[in-house]
Amino acid sequence: MLCRRLLGGLVRRGFASEAAAVNTSLYDFHVENGGKMINFGGFMLPVQYADQSISESHLFTRKSASLFDVSHMLQTEIRGEGCLDYLETIVTANLRALKVNSSVLTVFTNEAGGILDDLIITKIEDDHLFVVSNAGRKDHDQAHMLRGLEAHRSKNKDCDIRMRFFEPRERALIALQGPQAADCLQSMTDVDLSQLYFMTSTVASVAGVQGCRITRCGYTGEDGFEISIPAILSMEVSREILKDERVKLAGLGARDTLRLEAGLCLYGSDINEKTTPVQAGLTWLVDKTRRERKDFPGAEAIVKEIKEGSKTKRVGLISEGGPPARHDAVIADSTGSKDVGTVTSGCPAPSLSKNVAMGYVQTEYSKPGTELSLKIRGKIYKAVVAKMPFLPAKYYNKPKM
Amino acid sequence: MVFAKLITTASRLGNKSVLRQIANRNVCESYRLISCSRHLFAERLYTDKHEWVEVDGKVGTVGISSYAQEALGDVVYAQLPDVSMDLAKGDECGALESVKAASEIYSPVSGKVTSKNTEVEDSPSLINTSCYDKGWLYKIELKDSSELKGLMNEEKYNEFLKSDDHH
Repeated sequence: MLCRRLLGGLVRRGFASEAAAVNTSLYDFHVENGGKMINFGGFMLPVQYADQSISESHLFTRKSASLFDVSHMLQTEIRGEGCLDYLETIVTANLRALKVNSSVLTVFTNEAGGILDDLIITKIEDDHLFVVSNAGRKDHDQAHMLRGLEAHRSKNKDCDIRMRFFEPRERALIALQGPQAADCLQSMTDVDLSQLYFMTSTVASVAGVQGCRITRCGYTGEDGFEISIPAILSMEVSREILKDERVKLAGLGARDTLRLEAGLCLYGSDINEKTTPVQAGLTWLVDKTRRERKDFPGAEAIVKEIKEGSKTKRVGLISEGGPPARHDAVIADSTGSKDVGTVTSGCPAPSLSKNVAMGYVQTEYSKPGTELSLKIRGKIYKAVVAKMPFLPAKYYNKPKM
Repeated sequence: MVFAKLITTASRLGNKSVLRQIANRNVCESYRLISCSRHLFAERLYTDKHEWVEVDGKVGTVGISSYAQEALGDVVYAQLPDVSMDLAKGDECGALESVKAASEIYSPVSGKVTSKNTEVEDSPSLINTSCYDKGWLYKIELKDSSELKGLMNEEKYNEFLKSDDHH
């Protein structure tokens, strides 16, 4: 037994920091509630809580609702005229066309078309944006956004854009996820959540705390919300939410298995600077008009790859009976004789009672239903390419007219 | 219930041999407060990687410690070494998979594998519910019993867990 590896899936990818870790504003709350705290990318966060195993917590989220502390994520506010034009210079989304109070998932790209991070941008006004990006990329993203702003300024002399990065001690971010999330949150907020659709956002009072921002999104495949709260009041809001017996606390462990079942990428594991949106199956993040304008980093390479197809593709894999494949497991053809790819993340899927994984394979092996094999500790196990998400997503989408 | 009393008394007194004799009568299945040793007078020895081995004559039974199973969480898959495999002390000889991670099993001693626990292969959760008894992993015929000197007894292992070196 090598216990250092126990949290391998979460800590392995260079996120683990040897330096003193930062506590989020909910640290005491986690400890009070039996959180098993670990250093995750320089932040002390619960991997799970004493009352439930990771599987139980996962299943509870799918059945009822769970509350996650995601305050480690980088929250950034961008204000000023021209901020849409500025941010478009470093992402692939069409921010000008984005409706006010709507959010979009997008990526920062490099000149080769590789993904520097994935992020969610909310357009509050044409001159006001709210960005949430990955904790593990915090330093990188800050520098990247500042460099982008410098470049934008050099071309727009009267540019008056201000950017503010929130530290976890200033601003908390919690995620309430699961089929009961909406009912629970509705009982303590002043906005009508039935009108707040997936990937839309509003300012609201939550549990009597003014100035919270609720965005209907999450990373579990369930309906749910991310709520940005002034840090000093985050404990109050979280306590109030937890009073609802339909809600339990959930940690990083369940967050990882939930997002995997939902087919969602974890930056640093499933996507990185060497993978492009096309290879990652994220071509839909590259807006059509932006492809025509080719005005984002790596546009040439990405547009070319969209036209010609990529050599490798991210796929979902399901295996039964054997061990779950983890990061770096080799994917081979059905006979096991020819290596065709590599697993980027995998786990036993609590909702499916099968093992799921995602990874990159040569494109000719990427069709759903293709029989492949997985090499795990020198043995070969059967696997099949499956469509993702592995479970149907349950987002609260606006009805199509 | 007589046995329950006996067992608690024995454990309070710390009389290990009495404790084990009682344990060996197979009546202790329902009493989780003590662990059921499989062999009379055998002492469970631990590695710094949280495996245990209990030796009876030339044969050692190997498992993982309670600390390890708890840290690992619900075990969902056990890959055990095959019978008649030759192992050197410290060899990676299998793995346990939980929802959150895979953990390799390292053989605490050198020797030849004589049997593996197929019940654990079928129901890996036995490792969580009964890590010192039904959740044993494999048996190994020891090549060199002097290797046991390098392992920790229960007391030393508990001290080791209290120190910061075990992560």
